[in-house]
Amino acid sequence: MILLVFLMLSCKNETKVEATFTSNTNDEVIELEIVDFSGLEKYLTTTTEKTYVVNFWATWCAPCIKELPYFEDLNKNYSDKNVEVILVSLDFPHVYETKLKPFITANNIKSKVVVLNDMDSNSWIPKVDESWSGAIPATLIFNNQTRKFFEKPFTYKELEYEINQFLK
Amino acid sequence: MYKLKTLVIALLISTVGMAQSGYKVGDIATDFKLENIDGKMVSLSDYVQAKGFIIIFTCNTCPFSVAYEDRINALNKKYESKGYPVIAIMPNNPETSPGDSMEAMQARAKAKGFSFPYLMDKNQEVYPQYGASRTPHVYVLEKTNKGNQVKYIGAIDDNYQHPDSVNQKYVEHAVDALLAGKPIKEAHTRAIGCTIKI
Repeated sequence: MILLVFLMLSCKNETKVEATFTSNTNDEVIELEIVDFSGLEKYLTTTTEKTYVVNFWATWCAPCIKELPYFEDLNKNYSDKNVEVILVSLDFPHVYETKLKPFITANNIKSKVVVLNDMDSNSWIPKVDESWSGAIPATLIFNNQTRKFFEKPFTYKELEYEINQFLK
Repeated sequence: MYKLKTLVIALLISTVGMAQSGYKVGDIATDFKLENIDGKMVSLSDYVQAKGFIIIFTCNTCPFSVAYEDRINALNKKYESKGYPVIAIMPNNPETSPGDSMEAMQARAKAKGFSFPYLMDKNQEVYPQYGASRTPHVYVLEKTNKGNQVKYIGAIDDNYQHPDSVNQKYVEHAVDALLAGKPIKEAHTRAIGCTIKI
């Protein structure tokens, strides 16, 4: 594994982790999945038994960064309960290399990250949820039975409470 | 029992109804009295000549607000003389968001040459009345004999990243329609923005 990481590292030129981030032990190659809304739609619906937690965030959004560890914990602690967290970043393209990738590396983000780059937000915001005004953080929880949308920040306890409603 | 009921309803409204509260298109907006970066207090009623207002909840620290600074300035330059001045209101709590302190607002306005008032919603009472949920969040008001009527709520335009690639200038369309006495085609739009820091 170490060799593999070393090999992966040697064949790429990763940007340096910003000084504000404390850990940079896990330099991996990050390939961002950048999509427009039509590319995101497949992550917003399911026919399987799985419960998805889709969190809309950005590195510039302080309350998003605050709650991100809770989503990471949820993803880890509920993976055996058929729950998956997907983190949809709304960062601007010019910070993908300078901020987003270093952030993912420095914080050792394990959940799947998808980057949404779709300017026409007036069209796609209501397709995520009719009630969404566009403020982030925002979170969509769904399975093949129900969906719930939250335009608010979460604590871990609140997240766990909501996810348990879905797992009942 | 009544108290309990009220409490339950209040809780429900505060948790579920956040995004829906505030003004809708057609509502009459109440006036306010907020401190400008020059230390003076500003109210809508001060603008005797105005036909209406472009109220923009915005701040220093949100990248979307920053991306729109020049366009907000341009909006005021274009429409102030036509009777629709821009009034910017900073809704964040500077204790949670230190980059939005009065001093920081003054510095930003000076650096960017803001041609419009940049007010602080110090008690965070005005933005909830309007129902602003993010920055930037625009409310176009028209002066009517009933009061300042909300005519448009939403985004400035449809491209926060590239001003040159904008297809729909929502606010300009709305104000142009009001000036021409025509109906506004799109009176409510949405955009990604930063949550207001309480």
